[in-house]
Amino acid sequence: MIAEIGHFAVILAFCLSLVLAIVPMMGSVLRQTLWMAMGKPLAVGLFGLLLIAFVSLGYCFATDDFSVAYVAHNSNSLLPLPYKISAIWGAHEGSFLLWCLMAAGWTLAVAVFSQSLPRVLVARVLSILGLCSVGFLAFLLFTSNPFKRLLPHAPIDGRDLNPLLQDFGLIIHPPMLYMGYVGFSVVFAFAIAALLGGRLDAAWARWSRPWTTIAWSFLTVGIALGSWWAYYELGWGGWWFWDPVENASFMPWLMGTALMHSLAVTEKRGVFKSWTVFLAIATFSLSLLGAFLVRSGVLTSVHAFATDPERGVFILAFLLFVVGGSLLLYALRAPTVQSSTQFSLWSRETLLLLNNIVLTIATALILVGTLYPLLAEALSGSKLSVGPPYFNQFFPGLMVALALLLGIGITVNWKHSRLMQLFGYLRWALLGALVLGSALSVWHTQGWLLPVWIGLVVVIWIALSALTDLFRKLKHQSSLWRGLRKLTLSYYGMHLGHMGFAICILGVVLTSFYSEERDLRMAPGDQLQLSGLTFTFMGTQQVTGPNYKADQGEIKVTNADGDVVTRLYPQKRQYQVQRSMMTEAAIDPGITRDLYVALGEPLGEGAWAVRVHYKAFVRCIWLGALVMALGGVLAVLDKRYRRRRVVVSNEQTAETVYSHA
Amino acid sequence: MKRLKLFIPLLVFVLLAGFLYRALYQDPRTLPSALLYKPFPAFSLPSLGENQQTLDASLLKGDVTLVNVWATWCPSCHVEHPFLLKLAQQMRVRIVGINYKDDTQQAKQWLVKLGNPYQATVVDETGDLGIELGVYGAPETYIVDQQGIIRYKHVGVVDERVWQESLLPIVKQLQAKGDPS
Repeated sequence: MIAEIGHFAVILAFCLSLVLAIVPMMGSVLRQTLWMAMGKPLAVGLFGLLLIAFVSLGYCFATDDFSVAYVAHNSNSLLPLPYKISAIWGAHEGSFLLWCLMAAGWTLAVAVFSQSLPRVLVARVLSILGLCSVGFLAFLLFTSNPFKRLLPHAPIDGRDLNPLLQDFGLIIHPPMLYMGYVGFSVVFAFAIAALLGGRLDAAWARWSRPWTTIAWSFLTVGIALGSWWAYYELGWGGWWFWDPVENASFMPWLMGTALMHSLAVTEKRGVFKSWTVFLAIATFSLSLLGAFLVRSGVLTSVHAFATDPERGVFILAFLLFVVGGSLLLYALRAPTVQSSTQFSLWSRETLLLLNNIVLTIATALILVGTLYPLLAEALSGSKLSVGPPYFNQFFPGLMVALALLLGIGITVNWKHSRLMQLFGYLRWALLGALVLGSALSVWHTQGWLLPVWIGLVVVIWIALSALTDLFRKLKHQSSLWRGLRKLTLSYYGMHLGHMGFAICILGVVLTSFYSEERDLRMAPGDQLQLSGLTFTFMGTQQVTGPNYKADQGEIKVTNADGDVVTRLYPQKRQYQVQRSMMTEAAIDPGITRDLYVALGEPLGEGAWAVRVHYKAFVRCIWLGALVMALGGVLAVLDKRYRRRRVVVSNEQTAETVYSHA
Repeated sequence: MKRLKLFIPLLVFVLLAGFLYRALYQDPRTLPSALLYKPFPAFSLPSLGENQQTLDASLLKGDVTLVNVWATWCPSCHVEHPFLLKLAQQMRVRIVGINYKDDTQQAKQWLVKLGNPYQATVVDETGDLGIELGVYGAPETYIVDQQGIIRYKHVGVVDERVWQESLLPIVKQLQAKGDPS
């Protein structure tokens, strides 16, 4: 009964999304105020119905209703309750329901927070978001219904959730990721509405910025969580694999980063309009492409959902309609007029343009690497992988270039800076980065390594140039405190975001070059020396969890003085329902290093294959990502976005222009 | 003119969509190799075994050999691995591995964990041999005859079907020809 309510709610939501896609848009064309005003209540209804559907599915999981196929495939009566809830988005159908719910959530947010914007624009934006929802919900209803019953032969118990997904990281990783993916639909809708209205201006960029930034922050956290999860759950201590699905999330992130910066230029200086609109379309398109790659099963990946060509065809058709349609609109309506605003070579405009170029090249190369197996398959009918060597060839270099540009970009003026003056500002940061970076890279016991040196110089360069900029801003203030208070939240957000980037680079470089690992056979009492620590294998014992049995090893870690640093308990789990083995690594976390121990195979007589890692600064990677996201949140909290109904007359003008367009 | 430039993204996308569509219904065909009917390129590279010995192209002579390019970072190699084991153990096919652009420690671990179908494995950490061979990506499998001449190249996973339809006939033919009796 509950499942049918959920199913019915999705059908109703589909109908509402159709109305939302049509009526406010028609209203904006025919200038029917009432039609346009329907956007908001429709958005409320859409979200409410999908919430009902989502809660219904959750109820089916919580009450072990195994007559629902999706529940039977992804849950079990022994599964702990939090995992029953997270199992809602543990596989394709349910996770897509969550996707639809979030799309409706963003639509509702736009309806609620955009009251100060011109009515015509809001109506169009909501209609475009409604159109996206039509596609999503049709996909859900026609190819991926999570409420399908297994009647009359309902199983007595379920097949259990994939053990890889029975984990805290997996409870929050997909929702964060989807918030980011779907969140980019908002800036996309703004871009399309602006193209339709023929008005791409500073106001459009200002309205789009907070939505882009917040979606980007969600995506940042989502990607970081995914990386963290892969690190501790897959049991081999890596944190990024250039897996097609990781790339699918990384490409919209890179494009989104470019878009944030490009929007800033368009808002402040009114240039790069066509380019910014293109980025807005590209970012959302890459999100959809990611959904296609993951959910159609065309690529081999650890993440891949069940494959089904019918779903692939559906998403591809949707992709053709949305992306093809918007690119056609772009080609027909994007402004080609050379902007009258001029800027010189040494200006913030140029630097941000270079930032965009670097990010776009990175995205394009990742896209090629990700799709190469597909292209090869289409041409030669064979499956192959490109793998990390390809990506590692170009990506670090591009990021170093980006970091170097960043330092100049935040110091340089809009419009024009004199090169000597710029050099005057930055020479201390440059000198400091070279000296400190060299000193720190020599200091490590493993000796001087070129990549570490480059990494450290670049990180310190970002930090010092940010300090230089802060110092310049405060120089003319009477007191430090007053000066700091005068600076805006978005200014702090920008620097925090950049610091996050620096911390992330630091983590990546140090963990790549200063980590140590050993794979070896350890019998009880055996010892291993690694990075100045002694790891002693104390043996294993049997333990029992709610739905698994495990061999649990104990490893004592002592330092040079013989003091116990920590005791680690890695497990090798056997999940009873799915009959699958899972490696549960034991980790002693720290900012400067993680100690990471995983059990391999039993080798007889109490001995085990053991993998021991010393992961230098690996936490900085995720910490950096969190700081970046926090920077985004700070920027959005800036009070300039909270001013409502600034100048009424201004809005009136805007409205007339829109309705005449 | 400027307007026309704005159509470029649309064109790129339409091309891409075409490829994506074809990917949904793959169309099998073989990939020619420039090295077909030429001697296997010379190399001198370490072995993946414990004893650190150096291997060269003479390793491939004397018997018909499958040369399999693989790596631990390659998900398709995972798929193919059990079938290679079956070939080596049940069909007594001589397989030589090339561990391509990989982490040597992880590669060793892989063979310990999943079983070792290779009579010997050449470590090509830098991918130099891969360039000589014209490797597109992993996995790839070459048939090399008794004289060390490359007779066939297969790009992608070797499974029962590929083996029966493409590789086995060539292997049989070469074995018959090379057999002195």
